[in-house]
Amino acid sequence: MSKHTISILVENNSGALSRIAGLFAARGYNIMSLSVSETDDETMSRMTIVSGGDDTIMEQINKQLNRLVDVIKVLDFAPGESVERELMLITLGATNANRHEIIGLVDIYKGTVVAVSSGEITLEVSGRADEINDFINLVRPYGIKEVARSGPIALSKARK
Amino acid sequence: MKGSEIFVDALRREGVDTLFGYPGGVLIPIYDTLYDVKDINIVLTRHEQGAAHAADGYARATGRVGVCMGTSGPGATNLVTGIATAYLDSIPMVAISGQVTSKLIGTDAFQEADMVGITRPITKHNFLVKTIEELPEIMKMAFHIARSGRPGPVLVDIPKDVTTAIMDNYEYPETVNMRSYKPKYEGHAGQIKKAVDLLATAKRPLIYAGGGVILSGAEKELLEFAEKMGAPVTTTLMCLGGFPGTHKQFIGMPGMHGSKAANFSFQNADCIISLGARFDDRVTGDTSCFAPKAKIIHVDIDPASISKIIAVDIPVVGDVKTVLLEMNKMIAPLELTKWWGEITEWIGDGMFTYRHSDTVIKPQFVIEKFYEVTEGKAIFATDVGQHQMWAAQYYKMDHPKQWLTSGGLGTMGFGIPAAMGAAFALKAPVWNISGDGGVQMNIQELATIRINDVPVKTIILNNEYLGMVRQWQDLFYKKRYSSVCLTAQVECDGCTCERTDGGCDKRGDEREYTYVPDFVKLSESYSIPAKRITKPSEVEAALKWAHELDGPCVLEFMTDPEENVYPMVPAGAALDEMIFWEDEK
Repeated sequence: MSKHTISILVENNSGALSRIAGLFAARGYNIMSLSVSETDDETMSRMTIVSGGDDTIMEQINKQLNRLVDVIKVLDFAPGESVERELMLITLGATNANRHEIIGLVDIYKGTVVAVSSGEITLEVSGRADEINDFINLVRPYGIKEVARSGPIALSKARK
Repeated sequence: MKGSEIFVDALRREGVDTLFGYPGGVLIPIYDTLYDVKDINIVLTRHEQGAAHAADGYARATGRVGVCMGTSGPGATNLVTGIATAYLDSIPMVAISGQVTSKLIGTDAFQEADMVGITRPITKHNFLVKTIEELPEIMKMAFHIARSGRPGPVLVDIPKDVTTAIMDNYEYPETVNMRSYKPKYEGHAGQIKKAVDLLATAKRPLIYAGGGVILSGAEKELLEFAEKMGAPVTTTLMCLGGFPGTHKQFIGMPGMHGSKAANFSFQNADCIISLGARFDDRVTGDTSCFAPKAKIIHVDIDPASISKIIAVDIPVVGDVKTVLLEMNKMIAPLELTKWWGEITEWIGDGMFTYRHSDTVIKPQFVIEKFYEVTEGKAIFATDVGQHQMWAAQYYKMDHPKQWLTSGGLGTMGFGIPAAMGAAFALKAPVWNISGDGGVQMNIQELATIRINDVPVKTIILNNEYLGMVRQWQDLFYKKRYSSVCLTAQVECDGCTCERTDGGCDKRGDEREYTYVPDFVKLSESYSIPAKRITKPSEVEAALKWAHELDGPCVLEFMTDPEENVYPMVPAGAALDEMIFWEDEK
């Protein structure tokens, strides 16, 4: 089983998301992450779905997605074909003693501090999914209060 | 213009001449507008499921889009089985559901059901009309989607307030242009060439034709293709009549109850060309042993059908008719004497045979006589189960659209309303063959049939059992006939029915009188003439009587209760692991 990032351009209709989610659910295909938003053209949305399966399953997923009337275009990125980014907001326990240490780690990951209080600090970090995982492991000892991750969004690499 | 008037105008512009429906609270404005409509037949069925199957039968018999309508909530959910039936057989249909007023949607209002949600997995597409401004375009898209590409049902859910709202400057769209939906009809020239080249090298080719042939109207092209090449043709249940059943190259239907010739040809072919078929599990048997020696070419308009079940060597995405027109320019005759020698041996004394009887009516015998009396020209629907398989085996269909059957979903209760829908469309007699189980599932439509004087002639093969399930219990569950006997009471301790001693005492010689309902009296209560036939010698005369009658009628044949459908490929077995009636103890 391999992990695939699928990027789908769909009509910006109320039913589009549930059609796509339903397609996965009805066949027992798992969605690992899903991110959806309008594009620059407000009549279109882009969904980025991370899913997994062998080649036959992925081929079926692609064909079934293309079959949906609301779907305009489906791209199944092979590894290395796309650029991917994920955004995370994370709140950690922080004291006067360790706050600077945490800020130092955030700097390494080119993140920013979004909010801070006497006992907590909320950070914004973006990057590839594996980088986000690394960062979470790194700050786990400080005590994670809450995490929200966007799931990856992806575009095909700019052509040379 | 009012929403309800726009709706009716849209139906007209889409060429709808018949609407099968049932009114209800939220549909009153639409039905009020329909009151003055004289150029569309507004058929009031007796159940919304009847309306959906009637629209389906209409579509199967004509190739045009069938239209049905039900009110919000229960009316709409009653359409669901009919929509799913059309979906699995790719039948063009537009189903209209009334919806509660927009501002009540999502409040658990009276007769509210989320129809867009419920029908999402069983429609090709569906729409909720949110404002009257969207209505014209949605109607246009609904019909376009239903009939183009791989056809299918489309549901349009219309809230009551949309039907009463007023739209200024109404114009029905002339064309439809959807960037996300552009079906492709032309096959890729390179792929077609590859397919033709492969076929030219075949020593043991097989043409495997499916429902797509009938949907795309490719019967002439298929005939030319087959005759030019000289290869054997097997047609799926959905393609019966798509290639002449009396043609010398026809080797029967394949699959679970298919012919030995068709199944053995699959297992021994070196090249199979699938035309608009989808390798259904009832056709392939155990997929790991399916067609082990063959290279497979698959022509289908739906890319998702290709390599879904069976890995394909040469896919051709396109409309069967369009692709065959191209292939027919290139195809050449093959030398197949040796291959035909083997096939002829598999055909033997006949593709389908059974144990005859002079004392009890064999269901196969009824179908054979039905074929003779109607000279092979009957247009007929079926329900699902044993009678459906016997009809498929013994009625040699020469024409597409003469056979209306629920293949994919296998819906009991399909026959009567589907035949009715077809008869409304064709204004000609349409037959229906049912078992005594399925016929009771939409028997209320006999009222619609009588009142409108629609010539629907129903044959009931009454074996007093849910025969197909009983057959499986007979063959694979040690004859433990659980809940399949239609004369059994709750207290019944279950018959093991060896029938050597005359069987169950509840059945015996007087079974025709103990069976509930009495189908003859029931039909007569609908003012539909009916006959019960209990002897083989009376079968032909009864069929002639029905054939010559002008209006609707019902024939109930009391058939051998424990007759099984053979040959049979048991579930999970390979296609060449078949059981024949001669094997029966």
